[in-house]
Amino acid sequence: MTPRRQRMLAVGLAASGIMIATALTLEALKDNMMFFISVTDVVAGEYPADRNFRIGGLVVDGSMQRETGSMDILFRVTDLRCEMSVTYSGVLPDLFREGQGVVAHGRIDSSGMFIADRIMAKHDENYMAPEVAASLAEHVNEQTADLVQGGPECDS
Amino acid sequence: MIPEIGHFALILALSLAVCQGVLPLIGAHRNDAAMMSVARTAALGQFVFVAAAFACLAWSFVQSDFSVAYVANHSQLALPTIYKISAVWGAHEGSLLLWVLLLSAWTIAVGRFSHDLPDAFAARVIGVLGLLSTGFLLFTLLTSNPFVRLLPAPLDGADLNPLLQDPGLAIHPPILYAGYVGFSVAFAFAIAAMLSGNLDQKWARWTRPWTTLAWLFLTVGIALGSWWAYYELGWGGWWFYDPVENASFMPWLVGTALIHSLAVTEKRGLFKSWTLLLAITAFSLSLLGTFLVRSGILVSVHAFATDPARGLFILIFLGIVVFGALGLYAWRAPELDSPAGFRPVSRETFLLLNNVFLVVAAALVFMGTLAPLAIEVMNAGKISVGPPWFEIALAIPLIPLVLLMGVGMHTAWRAQEPGPLARRLRVPALLAIVAGLLIPGVIFGRFGLLVCIGTIAALWIMIAATLEPIRSWRREPGTTAITRSVLGMSVAHFGLGMFVLGVTLVSAFNIESDQALRTGGVVEIAGYQFELREVRDVQGPNYAAIEGTFEIRKDGEFVGEVRPQKRQYLVQKNWMTEAGILAGWNRDLFIAMGDQLGNETWSVRIQYKPMIRFIWFGALVMALGGLIATTDRRYRLTARAREPARVELAESAG
Repeated sequence: MTPRRQRMLAVGLAASGIMIATALTLEALKDNMMFFISVTDVVAGEYPADRNFRIGGLVVDGSMQRETGSMDILFRVTDLRCEMSVTYSGVLPDLFREGQGVVAHGRIDSSGMFIADRIMAKHDENYMAPEVAASLAEHVNEQTADLVQGGPECDS
Repeated sequence: MIPEIGHFALILALSLAVCQGVLPLIGAHRNDAAMMSVARTAALGQFVFVAAAFACLAWSFVQSDFSVAYVANHSQLALPTIYKISAVWGAHEGSLLLWVLLLSAWTIAVGRFSHDLPDAFAARVIGVLGLLSTGFLLFTLLTSNPFVRLLPAPLDGADLNPLLQDPGLAIHPPILYAGYVGFSVAFAFAIAAMLSGNLDQKWARWTRPWTTLAWLFLTVGIALGSWWAYYELGWGGWWFYDPVENASFMPWLVGTALIHSLAVTEKRGLFKSWTLLLAITAFSLSLLGTFLVRSGILVSVHAFATDPARGLFILIFLGIVVFGALGLYAWRAPELDSPAGFRPVSRETFLLLNNVFLVVAAALVFMGTLAPLAIEVMNAGKISVGPPWFEIALAIPLIPLVLLMGVGMHTAWRAQEPGPLARRLRVPALLAIVAGLLIPGVIFGRFGLLVCIGTIAALWIMIAATLEPIRSWRREPGTTAITRSVLGMSVAHFGLGMFVLGVTLVSAFNIESDQALRTGGVVEIAGYQFELREVRDVQGPNYAAIEGTFEIRKDGEFVGEVRPQKRQYLVQKNWMTEAGILAGWNRDLFIAMGDQLGNETWSVRIQYKPMIRFIWFGALVMALGGLIATTDRRYRLTARAREPARVELAESAG
C-alpha cells in the first residue's frame, strides 16, 4: 500500500469506528443512564414510571422499621421539604444511619412504594453526594421560614 | 522546625526545577553545551530536595507532630507506624508530594540512562520534565502545602480514613503514580522529538523501554487498586467504573495503544505522527485523571477533599500542557513523513486495528465518565452512567480487539501470505473453540452467548501466545532463538488472556446472596454450606470489632473458616466492613457481615466468585511481560557501547 492509501485506510477505519461507537453509545446511554429525582418531585408524582431512578436525602430520625430477624427494612427519606418511604431487603452499607445522607436506586411499584435495589451511603462521614446536598440546600431555607417538612404540599 | 525545613526544601526544589526546565531547553536551542549540562545536575538537586521534603513530612507523621495540619487531619497516636508512613500519601497534599517525588525520580533515571542519547536531545527531555515538575511544585506550594501549621496543636489527630489503613492501599498509590508519572517521560520524549524536528526509528527505540516501564507500573497499580476495592470496600466487586477508576483506565488504554504504535515506529518507521499524538494523549489523560480526582467535579468514592482553587490550577496546567503540545504537534507533525508502505494483511494492519480499538475504548470511557457532567451543564437533569453502560460500550471495541490479537501476533511485518498463516492457526483456533464451549458448558453447566465468546477469546489468546515460545523451545527448524521482546509480548498477551478468562467467568457465574442468619444457622450457596458458628467482640489496636466465625463445608467436608468483621474505628467512629475471604485459585468465597437484625440474627452477604484471582494474576503476568520486554538486549546495546570508555576513565583515574 502506498503511504497515501494507508493514511486513507487509517483515517477511514478510525472515522467509521468512532461513528459506530458514538451511535451505539448514544443508544446505550438512553437505556442505561439513571436520573436523579428529588424527593419533592417523587411525592408530586413526577418520576419515570417503568424504569429505575435514583433518589437521595436524609434518613428521617426514628423512621427505620424492621421485623426482628428479617432483612426487610422500611425507612423514610426527606429532602427537608417532603418525605417518602423506601423499602429495601439486604445488607445495608456501613454508613447507613438515621439522620445521615443516603442515595437509593430503585423504582416505584404499583402500590406507590419505592423499592430500592441498591442503597448507597458514602464512606466519608462528612461527604454527601452533590445532588443530595443540592436538593437539601434548596429547601433548608424554607424550613427555617417555618415551612416544616411534610407541609401542605406534601401530604402523601 | 522539621516541617519548615521541608517547606524550604520544596521551595529550593522549585527553583532548581525552573533551572532544569529553562536552561537546558535554551541551551539545546542555541547549541550551548554549558547550558545543556545543567540538566542532569539540576534534576539530581531537585530530587534531593523533594526527597528531603518528603522525608520531613514522613518524619512529622512518625513523630505524630499534630502542629502540622496535614498530620493532625490524617493521623493519630494509636495508628500503627506503617500506616503513619502510608498516611503521608493518604490525602491530597501528601499524594501530590509523592507525585512530584516520583516525577523527579523518573527524571534522574532518564538522566542516568540517557548517556547514549545526543546531548541536545537528552537536555530537551530533561528540560521538558523540569517544566512539568515546575508546574506540580507550584501547585503544591500555592494550593496544597502539606507543611501548614495548625496552632494550637490538637492533643490527638483525626485519624487516617479507616479504608486506607490497609497494606494494599499503602502500596497502591506509589505504584499507580509511578505509572501515571512515567507517561510524562514518553511525553517529554515526544516533545523533544518535535522540538528537534528529528524523529527516526532510533527515537522509538529510546522511548519504548520507558513507555513499557510506565505502562507496567500503571498495570500493577490498577490491579492493586482493584484488589483493594474487592476486599476492603466490602461489596465484593472488583471494578466499579467509578470516575477515578476510569481516570486510570483511560491512560492505560492509550498507553497500551502507544506501546503497540511505538513497535511499528521502531520496526518500520511508520505511524510516526500517530505515535506522537498517543504519547501526548496518554500523559494528558493522566493529568485529566488528576484533575477529576482533585477538583471533586465528579462524584466518586475516591474523591479527595475538594477545593475549587486546586481544580482551577490543574485545569489551567492541563490546558497549557495539552494546547502547548498540540500546537507544537500541529506545527511539526506534517514534516514527519514515512516513505515505507505495507500490505493489507501484515503486522502493521493488525497493530493499526489494535490502536483503533484501544483508542475507541478510551474514547468511550471518556464519554461515559464526562456524560453526567455534560448533561448537567446543559441543564438536562442529573444522571449517572454506571457499569451496565460501560460493559456494553466496552464490549464493542474490546471483543474484536482480543479476537484479532491472536492473529496479529503471528503475522509478518510488511506482508503476510494468508495461506500459511491460516494453516498455522487452524489447530489453535479449533482448540480454543472446543475448550471455550466445554468450560462454561461442562464445568459451570450453563451456556451463554457472551460467556462462550469471552471464554473462546481468552483461550484463543492464551494458546496463540504460547505458540512462539513453544516453537523456540522445541528448536523447530527455521526458528531463531526467541528474543526478550517477543517473549515479553507472549507473556503479556497470555496474561491478558488470563484476565479475560477471569472477567468472563466471574461475571457470568458469580453468585451473590444476602441472608439473615442466626448463630448456629446454615445456608447453602453454590454447593457450599456456610455455618455461622459464633459472633463475638474483638479489640484491634485502634478499633473495636464484631467478628463472626463462619465454617464452610462442601458436601459435609470442611473447606475452611473465615472471620469477617464489622469494625468501629475509635477516633472517627466509622463502621467498616472487613470481609472474610476464603481464596482459592479457581474461586473465592466472600462473606461480609451486615447489621444485627435482633434475636441473635445477622444479615450477611455471601458471594461465590469463580476464577476471580485470574483477573489480578493476569494483570501481574501482563506486567511481567512488560518487564521481560524492557530487558531486551537491543535497548542495552547502545548503553553497553559506552562501557569501555568508562573503564578507561576509571583506569586513568586509578
